[in-house]
Amino acid sequence: MNQRTALYQQHVDAGAKIVDFAGWDMPLHYGSQIAEHRKVREHAGVFDVSHMAIIDVDGPEAAVFLRRMLAGDVATLTQSGMALYTIMLNEAGGVVDDLIIYRLESCYRLVVNCATRAKDLAWLKQHGEDFSVNLQERSGLGILAVHGPAAISTVCSLLPAAHADRVRALGAFRCAELGDWFVARTGYTGEQGIELILPDAQAPDLWRNLLAAGVQPVGLGARDTLRLEAGMNLYGHDMDENTSPLAANLEQTIAWEPAYRVFVGRAAVEIHRRQQAEGKLPKLTGIVLETRGVLREGQRLVTDKGDGIITSGSFSPTLNVSVALARVPVHSTICEVDLRGTLTPVRLVKPRFVRLGKKVFD
Amino acid sequence: MSNTLKYARSHEWVRVDADELATVGISEFAQEALGDVVFVELPKSGATVSAGQEVAVVESVKAASDIFSPVSGTIVAVNDTLKDKPEILNSAPLTDGWLFRIRMSKPSELDALLDAAGYAASHG
Repeated sequence: MNQRTALYQQHVDAGAKIVDFAGWDMPLHYGSQIAEHRKVREHAGVFDVSHMAIIDVDGPEAAVFLRRMLAGDVATLTQSGMALYTIMLNEAGGVVDDLIIYRLESCYRLVVNCATRAKDLAWLKQHGEDFSVNLQERSGLGILAVHGPAAISTVCSLLPAAHADRVRALGAFRCAELGDWFVARTGYTGEQGIELILPDAQAPDLWRNLLAAGVQPVGLGARDTLRLEAGMNLYGHDMDENTSPLAANLEQTIAWEPAYRVFVGRAAVEIHRRQQAEGKLPKLTGIVLETRGVLREGQRLVTDKGDGIITSGSFSPTLNVSVALARVPVHSTICEVDLRGTLTPVRLVKPRFVRLGKKVFD
Repeated sequence: MSNTLKYARSHEWVRVDADELATVGISEFAQEALGDVVFVELPKSGATVSAGQEVAVVESVKAASDIFSPVSGTIVAVNDTLKDKPEILNSAPLTDGWLFRIRMSKPSELDALLDAAGYAASHG
Protein backbone atom coordinates (compact mmCIF):
# COMPACT_ATOMS: atom_id res chain seq x y z
CA MET A 1 0.00 0.00 0.00
CA ASN A 2 1.48 3.30 -1.11
CA GLN A 3 1.77 6.34 1.09
CA ARG A 4 -0.65 9.19 0.53
CA THR A 5 -0.47 12.86 1.39
CA ALA A 6 -3.13 14.66 3.41
CA LEU A 7 -4.51 15.90 0.07
CA TYR A 8 -5.06 12.53 -1.59
CA GLN A 9 -8.86 12.83 -1.49
CA GLN A 10 -8.67 16.37 -2.89
CA HIS A 11 -6.68 15.05 -5.85
CA VAL A 12 -9.21 12.34 -6.54
CA ASP A 13 -12.06 14.86 -6.23
CA ALA A 14 -10.28 17.15 -8.73
CA GLY A 15 -10.13 14.29 -11.26
CA ALA A 16 -6.45 13.44 -10.89
CA LYS A 17 -4.81 10.59 -12.71
CA ILE A 18 -2.95 9.06 -9.75
CA VAL A 19 0.42 7.40 -10.33
CA ASP A 20 3.05 5.79 -8.15
CA PHE A 21 5.93 8.12 -7.41
CA ALA A 22 8.64 6.55 -5.24
CA GLY A 23 6.05 4.71 -3.17
CA TRP A 24 3.54 7.56 -3.00
CA ASP A 25 0.18 7.89 -4.74
CA MET A 26 0.57 11.26 -6.45
CA PRO A 27 -1.37 13.20 -9.09
CA LEU A 28 0.21 13.07 -12.58
CA HIS A 29 -2.34 15.50 -14.03
CA TYR A 30 -5.96 16.52 -13.58
CA GLY A 31 -6.94 16.19 -17.24
CA SER A 32 -4.30 18.04 -19.25
CA GLN A 33 -0.67 18.44 -18.27
CA ILE A 34 -0.17 21.12 -20.93
CA ALA A 35 -3.15 23.19 -19.76
CA GLU A 36 -1.85 23.00 -16.16
CA HIS A 37 1.61 24.06 -17.28
CA ARG A 38 0.27 27.09 -19.14
CA LYS A 39 -1.95 28.11 -16.23
CA VAL A 40 1.15 28.34 -14.01
CA ARG A 41 2.95 30.52 -16.57
CA GLU A 42 -0.09 32.75 -17.09
CA HIS A 43 -1.88 32.83 -13.72
CA ALA A 44 -1.31 30.46 -10.80
CA GLY A 45 -1.14 26.79 -9.97
CA VAL A 46 -0.85 24.76 -6.78
CA PHE A 47 1.24 21.61 -6.39
CA ASP A 48 1.01 19.12 -3.56
CA VAL A 49 4.63 18.32 -2.77
CA SER A 50 3.99 16.88 0.67
CA HIS A 51 5.87 13.74 -0.40
CA MET A 52 9.14 15.63 -0.11
CA ALA A 53 11.03 15.12 3.13
CA ILE A 54 11.61 17.77 5.79
CA ILE A 55 14.61 17.34 8.05
CA ASP A 56 15.16 19.82 10.88
CA VAL A 57 18.71 20.15 12.20
CA ASP A 58 19.51 21.81 15.52
CA GLY A 59 21.99 21.49 18.36
CA PRO A 60 25.13 23.44 19.32
CA GLU A 61 27.07 22.26 16.27
CA ALA A 62 24.27 22.43 13.69
CA ALA A 63 25.99 25.13 11.62
CA VAL A 64 29.42 23.47 11.87
CA PHE A 65 27.92 20.15 10.80
CA LEU A 66 26.03 21.64 7.85
CA ARG A 67 29.07 23.59 6.70
CA ARG A 68 30.78 20.22 6.44
CA MET A 69 27.91 18.32 4.81
CA LEU A 70 26.74 20.79 2.17
CA ALA A 71 28.63 22.17 -0.81
CA GLY A 72 26.95 25.53 -0.27
CA ASP A 73 27.94 27.44 2.85
CA VAL A 74 25.25 27.86 5.51
CA ALA A 75 27.38 30.63 7.00
CA THR A 76 25.90 32.78 4.23
CA LEU A 77 22.52 32.38 5.95
CA THR A 78 23.45 35.09 8.41
CA GLN A 79 20.03 35.26 10.06
CA SER A 80 16.75 33.40 10.27
CA GLY A 81 14.47 33.94 7.30
CA MET A 82 17.12 33.13 4.67
CA ALA A 83 17.27 30.16 2.29
CA LEU A 84 19.81 28.53 -0.01
CA TYR A 85 19.58 25.98 -2.85
CA THR A 86 22.55 23.65 -2.70
CA ILE A 87 23.76 20.06 -2.93
CA MET A 88 25.15 17.35 -0.71
CA LEU A 89 28.18 15.54 -2.16
CA ASN A 90 29.79 12.18 -1.49
CA GLU A 91 33.56 11.81 -1.08
CA ALA A 92 33.95 11.10 -4.80
CA GLY A 93 32.25 14.40 -5.61
CA GLY A 94 28.98 12.81 -6.79
CA VAL A 95 25.68 14.38 -5.83
CA VAL A 96 23.93 12.63 -2.94
CA ASP A 97 20.98 15.01 -3.29
CA ASP A 98 19.97 18.56 -4.06
CA LEU A 99 17.99 20.45 -1.47
CA ILE A 100 16.89 23.79 -0.12
CA ILE A 101 18.06 24.74 3.34
CA TYR A 102 16.13 27.34 5.33
CA ARG A 103 17.30 29.09 8.45
CA LEU A 104 14.53 29.21 11.05
CA GLU A 105 14.58 30.79 14.51
CA SER A 106 15.32 27.52 16.26
CA CYS A 107 16.89 25.26 13.62
CA TYR A 108 17.98 24.73 10.04
CA ARG A 109 15.34 23.07 7.86
CA LEU A 110 16.31 20.90 4.90
CA VAL A 111 13.74 19.98 2.28
CA VAL A 112 15.04 17.04 0.27
CA ASN A 113 13.74 14.83 -2.53
CA CYS A 114 11.16 12.16 -1.83
CA ALA A 115 12.96 9.28 -3.51
CA THR A 116 16.21 10.00 -1.64
CA ARG A 117 14.65 10.47 1.81
CA ALA A 118 16.01 7.31 3.45
CA LYS A 119 19.43 7.63 1.85
CA ASP A 120 19.79 11.27 2.86
CA LEU A 121 18.75 10.61 6.45
CA ALA A 122 21.18 7.70 6.76
CA TRP A 123 23.98 9.80 5.24
CA LEU A 124 23.34 12.74 7.55
CA LYS A 125 22.99 10.52 10.63
CA GLN A 126 26.19 8.65 9.86
CA HIS A 127 28.17 11.89 9.63
CA GLY A 128 26.21 13.51 12.45
CA GLU A 129 27.62 11.05 14.97
CA ASP A 130 30.78 13.13 15.22
CA PHE A 131 28.87 16.33 15.93
CA SER A 132 26.63 17.64 18.64
CA VAL A 133 23.51 17.86 16.45
CA ASN A 134 19.95 16.61 16.44
CA LEU A 135 18.35 15.48 13.20
CA GLN A 136 14.61 15.21 13.16
CA GLU A 137 12.54 14.14 10.19
CA ARG A 138 9.26 16.01 10.41
CA SER A 139 6.08 14.12 9.68
CA GLY A 140 2.48 15.25 9.78
CA LEU A 141 3.21 18.29 7.63
CA GLY A 142 1.84 19.12 4.22
CA ILE A 143 3.77 21.11 1.62
CA LEU A 144 1.95 23.18 -0.97
CA ALA A 145 3.76 25.12 -3.68
CA VAL A 146 1.77 27.94 -5.29
CA HIS A 147 3.41 29.40 -8.37
CA GLY A 148 2.61 31.80 -11.17
CA PRO A 149 2.26 35.55 -11.67
CA ALA A 150 -0.90 35.66 -9.53
CA ALA A 151 0.32 33.18 -6.89
CA ILE A 152 1.52 35.50 -4.15
CA SER A 153 -1.41 37.89 -4.35
CA THR A 154 -3.86 35.00 -4.28
CA VAL A 155 -2.21 33.33 -1.29
CA CYS A 156 -2.11 36.67 0.52
CA SER A 157 -5.84 37.18 -0.10
CA LEU A 158 -6.47 34.02 1.92
CA LEU A 159 -4.24 34.89 4.88
CA PRO A 160 -4.93 37.03 7.95
CA ALA A 161 -3.80 40.60 7.22
CA ALA A 162 -0.72 40.50 9.45
CA HIS A 163 0.49 37.28 7.81
CA ALA A 164 -0.27 38.56 4.34
CA ASP A 165 1.87 41.64 4.98
CA ARG A 166 4.80 39.46 5.99
CA VAL A 167 4.44 37.26 2.91
CA ARG A 168 4.27 40.27 0.58
CA ALA A 169 7.44 41.63 2.14
CA LEU A 170 9.42 38.44 1.46
CA GLY A 171 12.07 38.61 -1.24
CA ALA A 172 13.14 35.62 -3.32
CA PHE A 173 14.79 32.92 -1.21
CA ARG A 174 13.42 34.40 1.99
CA CYS A 175 11.18 32.58 4.47
CA ALA A 176 9.05 33.27 7.52
CA GLU A 177 7.34 31.40 10.34
CA LEU A 178 3.70 32.37 10.72
CA GLY A 179 2.46 30.53 13.80
CA ASP A 180 2.51 26.83 12.90
CA TRP A 181 2.85 27.64 9.19
CA PHE A 182 6.16 28.09 7.43
CA VAL A 183 6.27 30.02 4.17
CA ALA A 184 9.13 30.51 1.72
CA ARG A 185 9.67 32.31 -1.55
CA THR A 186 11.20 29.26 -3.20
CA GLY A 187 10.08 26.91 -5.93
CA TYR A 188 10.74 24.81 -8.99
CA THR A 189 8.96 26.49 -11.89
CA GLY A 190 10.81 29.66 -12.89
CA GLU A 191 7.81 31.74 -11.79
CA GLN A 192 7.25 33.82 -8.70
CA GLY A 193 5.63 31.88 -5.97
CA ILE A 194 5.56 30.57 -2.49
CA GLU A 195 5.88 27.27 -0.71
CA LEU A 196 3.84 26.65 2.42
CA ILE A 197 4.52 24.01 5.04
CA LEU A 198 1.61 23.49 7.42
CA PRO A 199 0.02 20.84 9.63
CA ASP A 200 -1.63 18.04 7.58
CA ALA A 201 -4.99 18.77 9.19
CA GLN A 202 -5.01 22.29 7.73
CA ALA A 203 -3.82 21.38 4.24
CA PRO A 204 -7.21 20.40 2.70
CA ASP A 205 -8.79 23.73 3.67
CA LEU A 206 -5.96 25.72 2.16
CA TRP A 207 -6.15 23.58 -0.99
CA ARG A 208 -9.90 24.12 -1.35
CA ASN A 209 -9.57 27.86 -0.75
CA LEU A 210 -6.85 28.16 -3.37
CA LEU A 211 -8.94 26.31 -5.94
CA ALA A 212 -11.97 28.45 -5.09
CA ALA A 213 -9.77 31.52 -5.66
CA GLY A 214 -8.99 30.35 -9.21
CA VAL A 215 -5.70 28.55 -8.64
CA GLN A 216 -5.20 25.53 -10.92
CA PRO A 217 -4.27 22.19 -9.35
CA VAL A 218 -1.07 21.01 -11.08
CA GLY A 219 0.27 17.47 -11.20
CA LEU A 220 3.76 16.02 -11.35
CA GLY A 221 3.68 15.98 -15.16
CA ALA A 222 3.53 19.76 -15.48
CA ARG A 223 5.87 20.15 -12.51
CA ASP A 224 8.47 18.36 -14.62
CA THR A 225 7.98 20.42 -17.78
CA LEU A 226 7.93 23.67 -15.78
CA ARG A 227 11.22 22.89 -14.04
CA LEU A 228 12.75 21.74 -17.33
CA GLU A 229 11.84 25.04 -19.03
CA ALA A 230 13.31 26.85 -16.02
CA GLY A 231 16.53 24.85 -16.50
CA MET A 232 16.31 23.30 -13.05
CA ASN A 233 17.83 19.88 -12.59
CA LEU A 234 15.90 16.77 -11.62
CA TYR A 235 17.70 14.48 -9.22
CA GLY A 236 18.42 11.02 -10.63
CA HIS A 237 18.23 12.35 -14.18
CA ASP A 238 20.35 15.48 -14.67
CA MET A 239 22.47 14.77 -11.61
CA ASP A 240 23.27 11.72 -9.52
CA GLU A 241 25.84 10.09 -7.27
CA ASN A 242 28.12 9.21 -10.16
CA THR A 243 28.17 12.59 -11.85
CA SER A 244 30.22 15.60 -10.88
CA PRO A 245 28.15 18.68 -10.07
CA LEU A 246 30.40 20.49 -12.53
CA ALA A 247 29.04 18.21 -15.25
CA ALA A 248 25.52 19.03 -14.08
CA ASN A 249 25.46 22.84 -14.19
CA LEU A 250 25.67 22.99 -10.39
CA GLU A 251 28.89 24.90 -9.99
CA GLN A 252 27.04 27.92 -8.61
CA THR A 253 25.65 25.82 -5.74
CA ILE A 254 29.19 25.21 -4.45
CA ALA A 255 30.80 27.77 -2.14
CA TRP A 256 34.52 27.55 -3.02
CA GLU A 257 35.33 30.35 -0.60
CA PRO A 258 36.47 30.41 2.12
CA ALA A 259 39.16 28.06 0.81
CA TYR A 260 39.78 26.66 4.30
CA ARG A 261 36.23 25.32 4.65
CA VAL A 262 36.37 21.56 4.34
CA PHE A 263 33.16 20.00 3.03
CA VAL A 264 32.46 16.43 2.01
CA GLY A 265 33.47 16.01 -1.63
CA ARG A 266 35.58 19.17 -1.78
CA ALA A 267 38.82 17.45 -2.77
CA ALA A 268 37.08 15.58 -5.57
CA VAL A 269 35.29 18.58 -7.06
CA GLU A 270 38.52 20.63 -6.96
CA ILE A 271 39.97 17.96 -9.26
CA HIS A 272 36.84 18.00 -11.43
CA ARG A 273 37.25 21.73 -11.87
CA ARG A 274 40.76 21.29 -13.27
CA GLN A 275 39.57 18.44 -15.51
CA GLN A 276 36.79 20.56 -16.92
CA ALA A 277 39.19 23.41 -17.67
CA GLU A 278 41.25 20.88 -19.62
CA GLY A 279 38.17 19.77 -21.55
CA LYS A 280 38.10 16.33 -19.91
CA LEU A 281 34.82 16.67 -18.04
CA PRO A 282 31.56 17.23 -19.91
CA LYS A 283 29.09 19.99 -19.14
CA LEU A 284 25.33 20.20 -18.87
CA THR A 285 23.83 22.37 -21.54
CA GLY A 286 20.47 23.25 -23.01
CA ILE A 287 19.36 22.05 -26.41
CA VAL A 288 16.45 23.12 -28.57
CA LEU A 289 14.88 21.15 -31.40
CA GLU A 290 13.32 23.58 -33.80
CA THR A 291 11.81 20.97 -36.09
CA ARG A 292 9.01 18.52 -35.29
CA GLY A 293 9.68 15.86 -32.72
CA VAL A 294 10.32 15.53 -29.02
CA LEU A 295 13.66 15.25 -27.25
CA ARG A 296 13.69 12.49 -24.64
CA GLU A 297 15.96 11.39 -21.82
CA GLY A 298 18.57 8.90 -23.02
CA GLN A 299 18.70 10.04 -26.65
CA ARG A 300 22.22 10.10 -28.08
CA LEU A 301 23.78 13.33 -29.26
CA VAL A 302 26.55 13.69 -31.80
CA THR A 303 28.65 16.85 -31.49
CA ASP A 304 31.79 18.18 -33.14
CA LYS A 305 33.68 17.21 -29.96
CA GLY A 306 32.22 13.73 -29.38
CA ASP A 307 29.00 12.09 -28.22
CA GLY A 308 26.64 13.38 -25.58
CA ILE A 309 23.35 12.32 -24.03
CA ILE A 310 20.03 13.92 -23.14
CA THR A 311 19.44 13.82 -19.38
CA SER A 312 15.89 15.15 -19.52
CA GLY A 313 13.80 16.35 -22.40
CA SER A 314 10.23 17.13 -23.28
CA PHE A 315 7.92 19.28 -25.29
CA SER A 316 7.92 22.86 -24.00
CA PRO A 317 4.32 24.05 -23.70
CA THR A 318 5.47 27.67 -23.37
CA LEU A 319 7.73 27.66 -26.45
CA ASN A 320 5.89 25.05 -28.53
CA VAL A 321 9.16 23.33 -29.40
CA SER A 322 11.06 20.55 -27.71
CA VAL A 323 13.81 21.42 -25.23
CA ALA A 324 16.19 19.30 -23.21
CA LEU A 325 19.05 19.30 -20.77
CA ALA A 326 21.99 17.35 -22.11
CA ARG A 327 25.49 16.34 -21.10
CA VAL A 328 27.94 17.12 -23.90
CA PRO A 329 31.70 17.56 -24.26
CA VAL A 330 32.81 21.06 -23.24
CA HIS A 331 33.51 23.37 -26.19
CA SER A 332 31.07 21.55 -28.49
CA THR A 333 29.40 23.92 -30.91
CA ILE A 334 27.55 21.73 -33.40
CA CYS A 335 25.08 19.11 -32.26
CA GLU A 336 22.71 16.55 -33.71
CA VAL A 337 20.29 14.26 -31.91
CA ASP A 338 19.60 10.66 -32.82
CA LEU A 339 15.81 10.83 -33.09
CA ARG A 340 14.60 7.31 -33.58
CA GLY A 341 17.43 6.56 -35.98
CA THR A 342 17.58 9.90 -37.79
CA LEU A 343 20.27 12.45 -36.97
CA THR A 344 18.52 15.82 -36.63
CA PRO A 345 20.24 19.16 -35.93
CA VAL A 346 19.58 20.82 -32.55
CA ARG A 347 20.73 24.14 -31.19
CA LEU A 348 23.01 24.35 -28.14
CA VAL A 349 21.87 27.06 -25.72
CA LYS A 350 22.38 27.97 -22.08
CA PRO A 351 20.54 25.48 -19.86
CA ARG A 352 17.65 27.79 -19.07
CA PHE A 353 14.70 28.29 -21.39
CA VAL A 354 11.88 30.21 -19.67
CA ARG A 355 11.75 32.63 -16.75
CA LEU A 356 8.67 34.56 -15.60
CA GLY A 357 6.68 33.35 -18.57
CA LYS A 358 9.21 34.48 -21.19
CA LYS A 359 11.77 32.77 -23.39
CA VAL A 360 15.26 33.59 -22.06
CA PHE A 361 17.73 32.05 -24.51
CA ASP A 362 18.91 33.59 -27.79
CA MET B 1 -20.99 4.09 -32.30
CA SER B 2 -17.74 2.77 -30.88
CA ASN B 3 -19.17 -0.75 -30.88
CA THR B 4 -18.99 -0.72 -34.67
CA LEU B 5 -15.23 -0.30 -34.44
CA LYS B 6 -12.75 -3.13 -34.64
CA TYR B 7 -9.55 -2.89 -32.63
CA ALA B 8 -5.97 -4.11 -32.91
CA ARG B 9 -4.16 -5.21 -29.76
CA SER B 10 -1.69 -2.42 -30.50
CA HIS B 11 -4.52 0.08 -29.70
CA GLU B 12 -5.60 1.22 -33.18
CA TRP B 13 -9.24 1.12 -34.28
CA VAL B 14 -10.71 0.61 -37.76
CA ARG B 15 -14.14 1.65 -38.94
CA VAL B 16 -15.41 0.38 -42.27
CA ASP B 17 -17.00 3.32 -44.09
CA ALA B 18 -17.85 1.69 -47.44
CA ASP B 19 -17.04 -1.61 -49.08
CA GLU B 20 -13.28 -1.41 -49.01
CA LEU B 21 -12.80 2.01 -47.44
CA ALA B 22 -11.92 2.23 -43.78
CA THR B 23 -10.86 4.88 -41.28
CA VAL B 24 -8.12 4.26 -38.69
CA GLY B 25 -7.44 5.97 -35.36
CA ILE B 26 -6.22 5.23 -31.84
CA SER B 27 -8.34 4.06 -28.93
CA GLU B 28 -9.60 6.01 -25.97
CA PHE B 29 -7.40 3.81 -23.79
CA ALA B 30 -4.35 4.71 -25.90
CA GLN B 31 -4.91 8.48 -25.75
CA GLU B 32 -5.47 8.27 -22.01
CA ALA B 33 -2.25 6.32 -21.53
CA LEU B 34 -0.26 8.69 -23.77
CA GLY B 35 -1.33 11.91 -22.10
CA ASP B 36 -1.31 15.22 -24.00
CA VAL B 37 -0.38 14.61 -27.64
CA VAL B 38 2.03 17.22 -29.06
CA PHE B 39 2.95 15.94 -32.53
CA VAL B 40 1.49 13.47 -34.99
CA GLU B 41 3.49 12.15 -37.92
CA LEU B 42 1.10 10.80 -40.55
CA PRO B 43 1.71 8.50 -43.52
CA LYS B 44 1.76 9.84 -47.06
CA SER B 45 -1.44 9.71 -49.03
CA GLY B 46 -1.00 7.14 -51.77
CA ALA B 47 1.35 4.92 -49.79
CA THR B 48 0.81 1.19 -49.88
CA VAL B 49 0.99 -0.46 -46.47
CA SER B 50 0.53 -3.91 -45.06
CA ALA B 51 -1.20 -4.96 -41.87
CA GLY B 52 1.08 -4.54 -38.85
CA GLN B 53 3.34 -2.07 -40.61
CA GLU B 54 4.52 1.02 -38.72
CA VAL B 55 2.81 3.91 -40.52
CA ALA B 56 2.58 6.84 -38.11
CA VAL B 57 4.05 8.20 -34.89
CA VAL B 58 2.19 9.90 -32.09
CA GLU B 59 4.37 11.93 -29.72
CA SER B 60 2.90 12.90 -26.38
CA VAL B 61 4.37 14.68 -23.38
CA LYS B 62 5.19 11.21 -22.12
CA ALA B 63 6.46 9.13 -25.03
CA ALA B 64 6.67 8.51 -28.76
CA SER B 65 4.37 5.73 -29.90
CA ASP B 66 4.42 3.88 -33.19
CA ILE B 67 1.10 3.43 -34.91
CA PHE B 68 0.63 0.24 -36.89
CA SER B 69 -1.84 -0.12 -39.72
CA PRO B 70 -4.39 -2.72 -38.63
CA VAL B 71 -5.11 -3.66 -42.27
CA SER B 72 -3.32 -3.75 -45.62
CA GLY B 73 -4.11 -1.35 -48.42
CA THR B 74 -3.50 2.11 -49.88
CA ILE B 75 -3.68 5.29 -47.81
CA VAL B 76 -6.24 7.53 -49.48
CA ALA B 77 -6.47 10.42 -46.98
CA VAL B 78 -4.78 11.64 -43.83
CA ASN B 79 -6.17 13.89 -41.11
CA ASP B 80 -4.12 17.06 -41.68
CA THR B 81 -6.00 18.88 -38.92
CA LEU B 82 -3.85 16.94 -36.45
CA LYS B 83 -0.73 18.79 -37.64
CA ASP B 84 -1.98 22.03 -36.10
CA LYS B 85 -4.31 20.61 -33.49
CA PRO B 86 -2.76 17.39 -32.15
CA GLU B 87 -4.86 17.79 -28.99
CA ILE B 88 -7.88 16.53 -30.95
CA LEU B 89 -6.36 13.08 -30.53
CA ASN B 90 -6.97 13.47 -26.80
CA SER B 91 -10.39 15.06 -26.94
CA ALA B 92 -11.94 12.98 -29.76
CA PRO B 93 -9.80 9.92 -30.53
CA LEU B 94 -12.72 7.95 -32.02
CA THR B 95 -14.16 10.72 -34.21
CA ASP B 96 -12.41 13.99 -35.19
CA GLY B 97 -9.05 12.57 -34.14
CA TRP B 98 -8.95 9.90 -36.86
CA LEU B 99 -5.50 9.36 -38.39
CA PHE B 100 -5.94 8.11 -41.96
CA ARG B 101 -8.32 6.51 -44.43
CA ILE B 102 -7.26 3.37 -46.25
CA ARG B 103 -8.56 1.43 -49.26
CA MET B 104 -8.27 -2.11 -47.97
CA SER B 105 -6.63 -4.70 -50.23
CA LYS B 106 -7.53 -7.62 -47.94
CA PRO B 107 -10.77 -6.81 -46.08
CA SER B 108 -10.72 -10.33 -44.64
CA GLU B 109 -7.97 -9.08 -42.29
CA LEU B 110 -10.76 -7.40 -40.33
CA ASP B 111 -11.79 -10.80 -39.03
CA ALA B 112 -8.59 -11.08 -37.05
CA LEU B 113 -9.29 -7.82 -35.17
CA LEU B 114 -11.10 -7.51 -31.84
CA ASP B 115 -14.54 -6.13 -31.13
CA ALA B 116 -14.91 -3.52 -28.37
CA ALA B 117 -15.43 -6.11 -25.65
CA GLY B 118 -12.53 -8.25 -26.82
CA TYR B 119 -10.28 -5.20 -26.97
CA ALA B 120 -11.32 -4.05 -23.49
CA ALA B 121 -10.48 -7.53 -22.20
CA SER B 122 -7.10 -7.50 -24.01
CA HIS B 123 -5.76 -4.64 -21.90
CA GLY B 124 -7.57 -5.67 -18.74
